[in-house]
Order: sequence, then C-alpha cells, then structure tokens
Amino acid sequence: MPSAEHFALKYLRREALPTAFCPGCFNGIVINALAKAFEEEGVEDLRNYVFVSGIGCAAWIPSPFMKVDSLHTLHGRAIPVAVGVKLANPGLDVVVVSGDGDLGSIGLGHLVHAARRNMDLAVIMVNNLVYGMTRGQQSPTTPPGLWTTTTPYGSYEYPMDVCRLLAETSANYVARWTPAHFNRLKESIKHMLFRRRRGFRFLEVVAPCTTYVSRRRGLRPGEALKELLRKSVRLEKPGKPGSGGPGERIVVGVFKDEDKPGYLDLYYSYVERARRGGTHG
Amino acid sequence: MRSLLTGNEAVAEGALAAGCNFYAGYPITPSSEIMHIMAERLPRRGGVFYQAEDEIAAINAIIGASWAGAKAMTATSGPGFSLMQEGIGYAVMTETPLVIVDVMRAGPATGQATKPAQGDVMQARWGRHGDQVVPVLAPSTPQECFDMTVRAFAIAEELRTPVIVLSDEFIGHGREVVEIPGRVEVPSRRRPRGRGEPPFDSPDPRVAPPMPPLGEGYYVLVTGSTHDAYGYRDTRGFETHYRLVRRLWDKIWLNMDKLFDYEERNAEEADVGFVAFGSTARSVVKAVEILEARGVRAGYVRLKTLWPLDLRPIRRLAEAARAIIVPELGMGQLILDVERAVRGETRVVGYNKVGGGEPIYPSELARFALEVLGRA
Ligand SMILES: Cc1ncc(C[n+]2csc(CCOP(=O)(O)OP(=O)(O)O)c2C)c(N)n1
Ligand SMILES: [Mg+2]
Repeated sequence: MPSAEHFALKYLRREALPTAFCPGCFNGIVINALAKAFEEEGVEDLRNYVFVSGIGCAAWIPSPFMKVDSLHTLHGRAIPVAVGVKLANPGLDVVVVSGDGDLGSIGLGHLVHAARRNMDLAVIMVNNLVYGMTRGQQSPTTPPGLWTTTTPYGSYEYPMDVCRLLAETSANYVARWTPAHFNRLKESIKHMLFRRRRGFRFLEVVAPCTTYVSRRRGLRPGEALKELLRKSVRLEKPGKPGSGGPGERIVVGVFKDEDKPGYLDLYYSYVERARRGGTHG
Repeated sequence: MRSLLTGNEAVAEGALAAGCNFYAGYPITPSSEIMHIMAERLPRRGGVFYQAEDEIAAINAIIGASWAGAKAMTATSGPGFSLMQEGIGYAVMTETPLVIVDVMRAGPATGQATKPAQGDVMQARWGRHGDQVVPVLAPSTPQECFDMTVRAFAIAEELRTPVIVLSDEFIGHGREVVEIPGRVEVPSRRRPRGRGEPPFDSPDPRVAPPMPPLGEGYYVLVTGSTHDAYGYRDTRGFETHYRLVRRLWDKIWLNMDKLFDYEERNAEEADVGFVAFGSTARSVVKAVEILEARGVRAGYVRLKTLWPLDLRPIRRLAEAARAIIVPELGMGQLILDVERAVRGETRVVGYNKVGGGEPIYPSELARFALEVLGRA
C-alpha cells in the first residue's frame, strides 16, 4: 500500500503541476522550503494567506503553482499591490515572492519604501543573479565578470546588496540564505511567517539561474549547490565582514531581527489620535 | 444638504458618499485637495488613507485594496495620470473595480501645474497598450463632480472595471452650490454563488463575472497575463486571448445604453452646433444663448460620458447644422471622434487654445460661430 500522498500537495494546485521551471531550477527548492515551513507549523491550508508576485520566473512560484489566493501583478509592482491588500484587510497574511529584477530593479523604490515603513509584509526575493524569464540579461545583483546576454564580455557594474540596503531601513527582519542551506532557509521562513508577525520581513534566496548562469558556467545543479555552500560566509563569523552581494563570497545569515511596531500598529495609533481630536468625519 | 464646494471637494464628498473606504495617492496640483480631504476623513471613519511613494504605487495599492474588498480610488493630474496607465491596463485585464480621478492641467510634461487644460482626452481613451476601453465620465460642474464620482463607483462595482473621472483645474477649483443627497446607494460587486462559478468569464458579455473575496478559500488566481475563466495563464493560445479581450471590450461597448450620457439643445434644428465636454461645455451653453439672442439657430451636444462614446447624437446635430464647432482647451483631441461621427457631411472646425488659465470665453465662441457661418 502506498503511504499517504506527498505532504506538499495540500499546498499546491495539482492541475498546474508539473511546474514550468527548467529542470534543476532552484525555485523548486524555494517551494519545498515554503511547504515544509507550513507543514511543520501545522498549517492545514493556505486560505488565510495572499501571495503577491510580480513578473519573472520567481513570480511564478505562487502563481499558479501554490493553492492560495494569489495576485500575479505587473513587473515590479508586487509590493504596492501587497500593501493595498494588507491595509484593506489586515487579517490576511500577505507574502510577496518575486525576483531580483522585479524587486531590486524596476520595483526597488517600492521595496525600500515598504521596508522604511516597516510595512506588515513578508517578502521573499529569489535572486538568480539574472533576468531569467527574459533570457538571462544582467540584473542589479549580477556579480562582476558574469556572462549574461547583455554583458556578453562579462558584467562590469557594481552589484547591489539588497539585504544590506534594507537592513539600513526600519525593516524588522532581513536575512539571506541559499538553497544549499535548506534548513536555515526553512527556519527563516518560519521565523518570518510565524514568530515575527509584524513589520517588514525580508528574505533573499541566492539561487543562481540553472539555465543562464550555472549551465553556462558548466555547472550541473548539484555542483552549483556545492559551490553555493563553498562560497557562503556566515555573517555572524567574526573577522569576516563580507563584501556583500552574491559574488565570490556570499554573505549569508540574519542581518537584522527586531520586533518593532509595524506600519499597521502605527496607523492604528494614528487613527486613535484622529478620532480623539478634530471636529468632522 | 446644499453646500458651496469646489469640484475637488465635491469629488471627495461623492467618493465618501459612495462608500469609498480606501484612498491611495501621490500629491500633485491641481488634484491635491481631494487627497487632503480623504486624509482627514477616511481614518476617522474606519477607512484607509495611504500616501504612496509615487503614482505607480498608488494605482497598484488601490488594485490590491480593491481585491481585498475595498471601494478604492485615487486622484491625480497629467504627469501622475501618465504613470498610472500600466496599472489601469492591469485593472482592465484583471477586472478590478477602481475609480481614478484625473484633474487635467496643461501639459505635456510638467507644463503648467496650476492651469487647466483638456489634453488628457485621448490618454484616458488610449493611454494603455493593448485593446481596452475604460468608461470615462466628464463633469462640467462641482455638482457633476459629486454625482459622477458616485456614478463612477457604481459602474466600477457593477462592471468590475476601472472608471475614469476626467475633471480639470477650472472645475476642480471652481466653487458652486452642490446638492448632496441624504442617502446614496451604490451597489457592491457580486460574489460567486459557489466555488464553481468562474471569476473570469461570463455567459453574457454585458454582465461582469462575480468577484471572489480573498481569504475565504476561493484560491483565486489573479493575473494580468491572458487567462482562462478560472485565472490560469494561457499566454500562447488564440482562443483564450481573443475570448478574454473580446469579452472585456464588449463588457463596456455593449453597455453603451447604461454608460453613455449627454445633454443636448436644439440638436435637430441648429444651423451651427457645438460638441463639447467639461469646462468648455460651460462656455458653449452661454455662447448658444448669445447666438440665440442674436437670432442665430445654435445648438450643442454636451458629452457627460466620453467613453464609450455614442456617435449618434453628434450625427443628429450634424444633419441639420451647416457647421460643427468643437472647442477644446488644447490642440484638439475630441474633434477626431466628432469628425468620425460626421463623416465629412458637415464642416467640423476646432476652436483651440490652452495655457495660462485662459478660458474659452462664450463671447469669443459666439463670434467664431458667426464667422464660421458666414464662411459656411
Ligand atoms: C514594464 C515591463 N518591463 C519589462 C518586462 C519584461 N520582463 C519580464 S520578466 C523580466 C525580468 C524578471 O527578472 P527577475 O525579477 O529577476 O525574475 P526571474 O525571471 O529572474 O526569476 C522582465 C524585464 C515586463 N514584463 N514589464
Ligand atoms: Mg532574476
């Protein structure tokens, strides 16, 4: 007798499977980490969650593969749509999943402002180092020297370290892991969704694009995972400040973990003040 | 209740009366008073006011809020309206009820921030890429700012569509008496009857599909990509795309009777006819009085809905008239559709000026009409 079906299926839309991702794509590991996190927390179904994503491969993680209310929005606009959902119905748990191009380039302004406001959202940025969906162009996180379709002679720009950038804002939680740190990744997701329930919580997953980064560099997915582990430097390790960014060294760990009042806490006290004073309404 | 209100104040009052409970916006003249009023009133009545980091965030925030069940709106002006276009297209594709108020100012670019214009007419119609049409209402008075904002919410909820209210600086800052009814009835969007009812298809294209709420186990799939009746992306097939885009198109055009509204005078016996909307229509009304006093048979069609546009009233006006005049605060945009209606059967001439807050005066319009008749 086959045992009960795979635990993750209760969070997935069967009719949408298999996923459209390339063989060996790390987006599958991100889905797995999410499913494991929900499973371990005893979440029966995802009806109280709303997943919001932008445009790109990473944005397909929730839409349509996860069995959850999902809004697949315009390129770069997942954050403001998620803000609208959360503020209009604060009872919903709103999670954004999108790519490095979507959140770090075209949507960067929204990301920084949501972090500044300590907006009550959990955000997962899958950083595959390129624009995967549009066939491997340079992204703001592309490490120097990397071949991409728009830097055929090797990327020469300074890349951005989104975690360090957001750690400087009022965001409550900022962390970075890779698919090679599966347990850490899953624990971070659990922390963001179940321990710290307010404010802005951000998780970057450095997951090089299998097709446009790893294969191009002659690495199979397993080898790419090993390389991620080898290149990773723990943030907490003394004497290793880390260059940041996903280049030769990938600084992983928790950049920030606080429990300050979130945007909604502040908004509610503002509303209290508004109700006490003033004359019309 | 009668109050002395500016057009912008009347828009805010109309929105609140219609049950608007979510406002997101970014400051821009000459629309900011709408935002100020919402900032003061919404938090105290259990609603949400959100000052976004830019207009792109504002339009997308109201999209999210609308899906979360809110009656949501934003207000802006030219530059901000340009930034919102992609989001408006997304709202069309995802059938998201929204109200967008554009208080027109002189452009292009930053132009004259405090001066009126009517240059966003074609942007309201065609500003998004792809095939789409959004209902556009055009108030001429603060009273109509109130009434049309209420109506915009009703249309948005019933047809699951963004609706644009196209005001301008003259109306937005002009003050007049507005009659505010004690009770305003705005229907709310229909929910699915069961899990099986598709949220993105409808057997009758004139009827919007039901809109499932979030957080109640409908597992709704919202996407701006081409999608089937249940929200699954199909970015390759002809059938799915044509069926969806055709239905969204028909949803607005086949509701012409419900959506199109206009006012006319002497339309079937005018020697000279005007076609106008918004603030210039006010001058047209006066110009026609001046002309009548001089014994000239003049008439007009004042458009209260710009889109979907019913060409028939304009055609009727053209059947009798020797000339049609289209005054616009700008180089002429509405005139293109008037020409389309008239089909060369009558002369169509524009009367165009814009800038510095100069209105089109009734006297100059009357003079121009006499000139045109002399030449006709
Ligand atoms: C306004 C706009 N510009 C460009 C595009 C094309 N586009 C689609 S996905 C994408 C990049 C996505 O990159 P990323 O967010 O890193 O996602 P990935 O596919 O790498 O997971 C771009 C530029 C678009 N859809 N919309
Ligand atoms: Mg990417």
